[in-house]
Amino acid sequence: MVGMNDVEIDVYRRENGRIGIRNHVVIMPVDDLSNAATEAVAGVVDGCLAIPHGYGRAQFGRDLDHHFITVIGTCTNPNVAAVVVIGIEPGWTARVVEGIAKTGKPVTGFSIEGHGDLATIASAARQAANYVQWASELRRVRCPLRDMWIAMKCGESDTTSGLASCPTVGNVIDRIDPMGLTTCFAETSEITGAEDICAARAATPAAAKAFLEAWRGYNDFIMREKLDDLSESQPTKGNIAGGLTTIEEKAFGNLEKIGKHTRFVGVLKPAEAPTGTGLWFMDGPSPGAECLTNQAAAGFALHLFPTGQGNVIGHPVMPVIKLSANPKTCATMPEHIDLDVSALLQGEMNLDEAGDLLFDLIVRTCCGRLTCAEVMRHREFTLTKLHMSA
Amino acid sequence: MTVAAIEKRMIQFLVHSASDTVGVVVVDGIRSGSDVTGRVMETGETVVMRVLDDIPLGHKIAISDIATEGTVVKYGHDIGRTVAPIRKGQHVHVHNLRTKRW
Repeated sequence: MVGMNDVEIDVYRRENGRIGIRNHVVIMPVDDLSNAATEAVAGVVDGCLAIPHGYGRAQFGRDLDHHFITVIGTCTNPNVAAVVVIGIEPGWTARVVEGIAKTGKPVTGFSIEGHGDLATIASAARQAANYVQWASELRRVRCPLRDMWIAMKCGESDTTSGLASCPTVGNVIDRIDPMGLTTCFAETSEITGAEDICAARAATPAAAKAFLEAWRGYNDFIMREKLDDLSESQPTKGNIAGGLTTIEEKAFGNLEKIGKHTRFVGVLKPAEAPTGTGLWFMDGPSPGAECLTNQAAAGFALHLFPTGQGNVIGHPVMPVIKLSANPKTCATMPEHIDLDVSALLQGEMNLDEAGDLLFDLIVRTCCGRLTCAEVMRHREFTLTKLHMSA
Repeated sequence: MTVAAIEKRMIQFLVHSASDTVGVVVVDGIRSGSDVTGRVMETGETVVMRVLDDIPLGHKIAISDIATEGTVVKYGHDIGRTVAPIRKGQHVHVHNLRTKRW
């Protein structure tokens, strides 16, 4: 397409140079005990967003590392302008604050022990109010689209996902990869059956090897823990209702999202930030909220989410563009579907035309258009536990 | 959707690859005994056949006979093993197709 490399978007340029498409002030709990205080702050200060979650106590080892990486990464996502951190005790609170401060983003921490919720809420709310007013004067600036980081994953897939909505994402990935964007696909378990085809799409032998090692590790874990053939878990009950029968069938549809030509440059751990441009594979769990939480924590600022049966997902700070090719889903759940590509099924639209529509929607969403998930207040945030706590 | 409305639609099922043994029904209300037209996306070729089961939108239809313990091919690749004999035109799903992986 002529001039694709010149496409510009209006975005927030953050202290570390990354570009964001939203301007959130986040109130982040370090642990489950601090959820109430964060929600109280968001209740009295307009324009800020609490992100309650279930963990942060007595975790250890790589599970604890992953907790900090995810919590800090969510706060340093370029869609976030400033952060108030609240933890039960000062030590781990300071650790999260220091992690966020490294990016230059304004951040202040508060801890509850020795103060109680009420005094903590008062102090944190004053700081949150200051941040909200400061953030309200930040202005969008023109930047090339190539600086964007965009992630993808599909959910409540059915056969229309593999026929049309995933290929629409693939069409866009094949256009934007040569522009130099940073992109990410994931869903290790949901590539089972298509793992060799996926490995063949690696840019280097090292990337192929890393992918297959990640896939084998996950598959070994499933084979160790499974009690049956996983039917109704993978594929899910919704997948089966939509006509998908086996994990292999689901995997080939899933893989349509990476297009026909684009090659992946490397493999990321859950929530790990990429170190360069291009398409990356993120190892980790496949459920929507967990996968998106890990992708947003890695720094991805926009998400492309094909759905078949009608997954309603969103994320607190990362806008999620949902598209579907299932005509029933588009008709019965329009408030959740940003782009209807069901015309592809009858050949009333071709894949390039569908790609044009999605590309246009990406540009508009980057410039501030709210997604269905944002309008419907879908803010799923689910931390991955790598193992049990101590 | 009425029968007349279904007949107006040119394509009732899609097939990903020329080597596939199943297609996907892309309209609602396909009934046993009806004649349906499909398109092979890879080649643009048209396939016409008779349906032997009621098949919901999004569900698979066999486009060739497949023996028990055979392999079902979709996207040009192996998507699982059959646990019952399948005749061309029948519904292919969890009752006659299983994963080979888990």
